[in-house]
Amino acid sequence: MRHILAVLVENQPGVLTRVAGLFSRRGYNIESLAVGQTHDPEISRMTIVVDGDDRVIEQVVKQLEKLVDVINVRDISEAEHVDRELVLIKVKAEPKVRGEIMQIVDIFRARIVDIGHNSLIIECTGDEGKIKAIEKSLRPFGILELVRTGKIAMVRGPKYEEE
Amino acid sequence: MKMTGAEVIIKALEREGVEVIFGYPGGAVIPLYDKLYDSSIKHVLVRHEQAAAHAADGYARATGKTGVVIATSGPGATNLVTGIANACMDSIPMVIFTGQVALSAIGRDSFQEADITGITLPIVKHSFLVRDANKLASIVKAAFHLAGTGRRGPVLIDLPKDIQTAEAEFDYPEQISFRGYRLPAEPSAAQIYQAVKTIGLSRRPVIYAGGGVIASGAAKELKEFAEKTQIPVTTTLMGKGAIPEDHPLSLGMVGMHGTYYANFAVSHSDLLIAVGARFDDRVTGRLDTFATQAKVIHIDIDAAELGKNVRPHHVLNGDAKQVLQELLSRVEIPQTKEWLEQIAVWKKEHPLSYCQDGDKIKPQYVIEQLRKLAGEDAIVTTEVGQNQMWAAQYYKVSKPGTFISSGGLGTMGFGLPAAVGAQIGRPDDLVICISGDGSFQMNMQELATIVQQQLPIKVIILNNGYLGMVRQWQELFHNKRYSQTELIPVPDFVKLADAYGIAGYRVKRPEEVVPALEQAINHPGAVIVDVVIDREENVYPMVPAGGTLTKMIGV
Repeated sequence: MRHILAVLVENQPGVLTRVAGLFSRRGYNIESLAVGQTHDPEISRMTIVVDGDDRVIEQVVKQLEKLVDVINVRDISEAEHVDRELVLIKVKAEPKVRGEIMQIVDIFRARIVDIGHNSLIIECTGDEGKIKAIEKSLRPFGILELVRTGKIAMVRGPKYEEE
Repeated sequence: MKMTGAEVIIKALEREGVEVIFGYPGGAVIPLYDKLYDSSIKHVLVRHEQAAAHAADGYARATGKTGVVIATSGPGATNLVTGIANACMDSIPMVIFTGQVALSAIGRDSFQEADITGITLPIVKHSFLVRDANKLASIVKAAFHLAGTGRRGPVLIDLPKDIQTAEAEFDYPEQISFRGYRLPAEPSAAQIYQAVKTIGLSRRPVIYAGGGVIASGAAKELKEFAEKTQIPVTTTLMGKGAIPEDHPLSLGMVGMHGTYYANFAVSHSDLLIAVGARFDDRVTGRLDTFATQAKVIHIDIDAAELGKNVRPHHVLNGDAKQVLQELLSRVEIPQTKEWLEQIAVWKKEHPLSYCQDGDKIKPQYVIEQLRKLAGEDAIVTTEVGQNQMWAAQYYKVSKPGTFISSGGLGTMGFGLPAAVGAQIGRPDDLVICISGDGSFQMNMQELATIVQQQLPIKVIILNNGYLGMVRQWQELFHNKRYSQTELIPVPDFVKLADAYGIAGYRVKRPEEVVPALEQAINHPGAVIVDVVIDREENVYPMVPAGGTLTKMIGV
């Protein structure tokens, strides 16, 4: 089963290497990893998606917690949460198909952020299902380039557990 | 107070109460060595950096203090890697200072540059690359705090050369804390209660004690607990000394080369109480046939060990000494009379055994005689391989911290430098290194350190001219195809001793063993005793790798 871990870490050089190195040397698979500073500039937050049974995930969490730079680890997969990914898709778009593409962009509540001679860059955020769906919808036009972020996630409601 | 970075480090070490450093100078640590020149801290100059790390490791095990190491950048630092990994696997407290090229030169493949914080990432508890000399004092404080608390381990501080000469403020913090580093809270009363109940209801319990008992200084509590509950105790290699091995409740070592009765007791137990042990594969053999009838109580300071290899029924996350004290205060006594009778039968029917007859010297005989002559306060270090396993089986340890061996990493070349560290830390005790001819040759350059420091270490080489343990596996599992395991020629170790100006004896006949060992122990200085043993003697019993504990070869 896939788990989403919210990991608070010290915002220091080398922390990402420590975390990534832990996953590779213990044989855990990172499906996606996103990292960025939080509202506290001394703390970064990683969202790590990892696949494994409960025992593996328990080990992942415990091993992460052993790292001195890791402040806190939460497995939020079971909690009600919002998760998002961002994708930029450069798609082939000759003038005659642009209307059709713009309709798709509207349906997905995505945005066109660049128009080139024969191409468009489309920005879309959403959960994994939505990102996959828009990619599938645009594929027939010819995807020239695609870049997506790892998943970021947050538990719903007023609760926050940053310490 | 303003001073240079190097002075800050030396001052900080003095504040930490460091008495001795093991190291080897080089270009990137010259400023540090310059300040060390004026300090009262003793420096032990090794002849290879790997030995500095092993010596600091041996020092830490013999004294319980944190070992301290200095090496230069690049090759100095990379030479430490094996020693750091060894300390990490066996949870030994160590603080390592490595030189580094100047901050502005980092990343340019400068002369003697190596990314040592990167290289050692998987084998340290934590590491620091110092970028600001004003943070040096707090980093040193942090390093000692991290190395010596919780599950202990090595902490590395990488010191760019310009940081050592930069002007810095010496403001040594009394205490230091990290948001991400918390020691385990003591187990709850409910957890203790449940464990106590389970213990009380057990009929075939076994205590399985590891290095955590030694590290936490819990040997006294363990013995008291075993005696009060009448539960027999088996130990890991790292746990040797957790209970006196001549104690009626001691089963000796468990696992691949464990005793028949320890392996049988664990396999037939209905309760396994693991204290400061981590269910290593050399202990458990095949996991799905390991102690299948047993409930497991796992006591460990490292939460990540609880459930890593074996699913425990009760977890007690905490320091072994504290947890054992808690258990002792409320213990319920199980009925183990029949169980102990059964174990006595196993002990009687299948003791450790060998036969010293004929003119070939049996290594087991050498170890047994050595133990008799050395007494219970002597400190023994071992190398790795057959010599280590014979020592583990036949050198009956009475006190914690007197048996020093490379457990997790299994590092050949550990024993001799570890003996250096142990003798430095315990100058008045007899220190013996049990060695093989292969392992000895891996760090024999340290004889120079031994001579320079005037250390009266006794090196007993069990010489069979083989990489013996590998040869044993080749004999048993590879049809006696001794691929690259014959270490011929073996150098003349007596002449080698002479070259270093220390005593050396060669022993070729069984009746010479005891007189030679006596002479060595009574000799005031360092000695090498080259004991030519039966070449193809094997270590038995043996559970083949990945096998079931009760299926032993050679019983």
